[in-house]
Amino acid sequence: MNTATTNLTEPGFNFAYLDEQTKRSIRRGLLKAVAIPGHQIPFSSREMPMSYGWGTGGIQVTASVIGKSDTLKVIDQGADDTTNAVNIRRFFKKVCGVKTTEKTTEATLIQTRHRIPETPLNEGQVMVYQVPIPEPLRWIEPSEPETRKMHALEEYGAMYVKLYEDITQYGHIATAYDYPVMVNNRYMMRPSPIPRFDNPKLNMNPALQLFGAGREKRLYALPPYTTVKSLDFEDHPFSVETWDKPCEFCGATDSYLDEVVIDNEGGRMWICSDTDYCEETQKS
Amino acid sequence: MSYVAVKGGEKAIQNAEQLLKAQRRGDATVPELGLEQIKQQMSLAVARVMSEGSLYDPDLAALAIKQSWGDLVEAAFLLRAYRTTLPRFYYAQPLETDQITVKRRISSIYKDIPGGQQLGPTFDYVHRLLDFKLAAENNQSDYPVGEPTEGGIPRAIDTLNPEGLIQSETADDVKADDANAENDAEIFDLTRQPLELPAARDARLQNLARADEGFLLGLAYSTQRGYGNSHPFAGEIRVGDVEVVICPEELGFEIAIADITITEVQMVNQFKGNKTLPPQFTRGYGLTFGYNERKAMAMAIMDRALRSKEFGEQIQGPAQEEEFVLYHSDNIEAQGFVQHLKLPHYIDFQAELNLVRKMRAEYEQRSAMENGRSEEIGSEETGSEGIDSEGIGSAGIERNCRLSPIVH
Repeated sequence: MNTATTNLTEPGFNFAYLDEQTKRSIRRGLLKAVAIPGHQIPFSSREMPMSYGWGTGGIQVTASVIGKSDTLKVIDQGADDTTNAVNIRRFFKKVCGVKTTEKTTEATLIQTRHRIPETPLNEGQVMVYQVPIPEPLRWIEPSEPETRKMHALEEYGAMYVKLYEDITQYGHIATAYDYPVMVNNRYMMRPSPIPRFDNPKLNMNPALQLFGAGREKRLYALPPYTTVKSLDFEDHPFSVETWDKPCEFCGATDSYLDEVVIDNEGGRMWICSDTDYCEETQKS
Repeated sequence: MSYVAVKGGEKAIQNAEQLLKAQRRGDATVPELGLEQIKQQMSLAVARVMSEGSLYDPDLAALAIKQSWGDLVEAAFLLRAYRTTLPRFYYAQPLETDQITVKRRISSIYKDIPGGQQLGPTFDYVHRLLDFKLAAENNQSDYPVGEPTEGGIPRAIDTLNPEGLIQSETADDVKADDANAENDAEIFDLTRQPLELPAARDARLQNLARADEGFLLGLAYSTQRGYGNSHPFAGEIRVGDVEVVICPEELGFEIAIADITITEVQMVNQFKGNKTLPPQFTRGYGLTFGYNERKAMAMAIMDRALRSKEFGEQIQGPAQEEEFVLYHSDNIEAQGFVQHLKLPHYIDFQAELNLVRKMRAEYEQRSAMENGRSEEIGSEETGSEGIDSEGIGSAGIERNCRLSPIVH
């Protein structure tokens, strides 16, 4: 093959690094995951040339769905220029030679760690989340066979008890990120360690959302327009953070702000964590 | 002052890689380490990397050790990441370890055994004195050459068979004891299938064979000190070369494709019996690539410890907890997840910061109110501004961030 894209890639490796057989087996897992929204599907996760825990689940999902015509965006903490995002983008450039972008609107495939872009996603876009621990019940019940049973029986009372205990102790639910959700009114799911601020974006999202946990060898998915509800109580509705100041770069008041320490006297400034959103807002 | 968050671009990553390469080489006036030198003179490191990297290839293992500055876990990781790209053609026939060309073979349960005890090259009875002569170069050593043993060596613990005192074990038994033996004919393949629990013995042994040596060693040790119920004897330890044989379907006959060095350990444990099994000895099995005795022994002890449930024994320690051991034994997984904490986490930290500030403000408000109450007894002064009736601070108490309800 001597197309323009393959010329850019590292020789000696298959397109997107994984062999076709492996990619196919991951896609089969993803199809199951899409068919049962929020349900965790075991898959034969492989060793990747990056460490487990550094996004290998997301990387394998991206590798198995990416095609030559895709435009890839990779973010970590909402930013395109953090080391891990740069490294993963560099990897896919090397083994796929696909087009990459920093613009959310231009991307067909977005791999992320810890954030969902502020710019709303569209139909046809695919979000890939890197997941460290896929099991929402893990801190309540450490045993995997037990938690699988709890999911099968929809036995989620223990989680509500934990949230209730938070309320009695602190007056509110004390979970700031990786806040558990109910998917399609059936499966409890961990949204990956995104701040709770991003949870509402999961709900009825027009994009396909895929989750990959490499070390834990699990896949799960949210097909487009799936209902996703953050756990709460009628008298203690789910809430997200708001800031009483705008982003100091772009003036946005609707984005997740990141606190940056600017001097040794405790001086701080608050800026958008989504670098693309911040730039676009500055331009307009 | 304008501030740009510290962010590493592609350039920084490339520079770091260059620096890594340069420092690996060290002083350029010192001769570079050759792969053959590593393979020959650090063969135990090569053996460990092959075992934990789950690929028998001394040349690639030596390369991995050189590339990783001698960090053996990193080297095993390099080997794993490479092996996963290799196509899978055949599963080998079970190794015939009784047909081993033996380099070392001992049994601690009998003074003498058919086939003889053979110490071979071992650190066991060497006085651990630093050998300063070795610091000088040009070391040459001769050793007495014995007669090579040919034609098979019976297993020491098989001598217990005629009395039925050792639990018999065949390939079928291994599958038959399993909790989930639906697909009898298929061998589980840990490199191609996710581990599911309860694990069959083939899955467990594969997991233990590539598990971190230190992790297994510590756990095996814990069973000896009372966190578990293991009283093992070293039934037999053998080190040597065995043939790897495949039987391709399209040929219909067996062909030997390689000779590999292995360490095999069979531990013998006393078992008092239960309702269905008479008192007898039970086995723990360990096998590693290369000469890797400490790991193989720890593995055999752990295999037996993890059979507690099968024998109806009480679970007394973490070494007997299948899920605890098998999910945490892989150092490639463990090193990755422990070290991923180096990645940026500032978004989650920001979320936690917001939450802790909010909780802190509520805490201070509560204590101020309580102080206020106690002061009220002596004075007219009231405490801080009141909080709402449920004792929940909800308005304007955080410095920069607050939670606001979402309407579903």
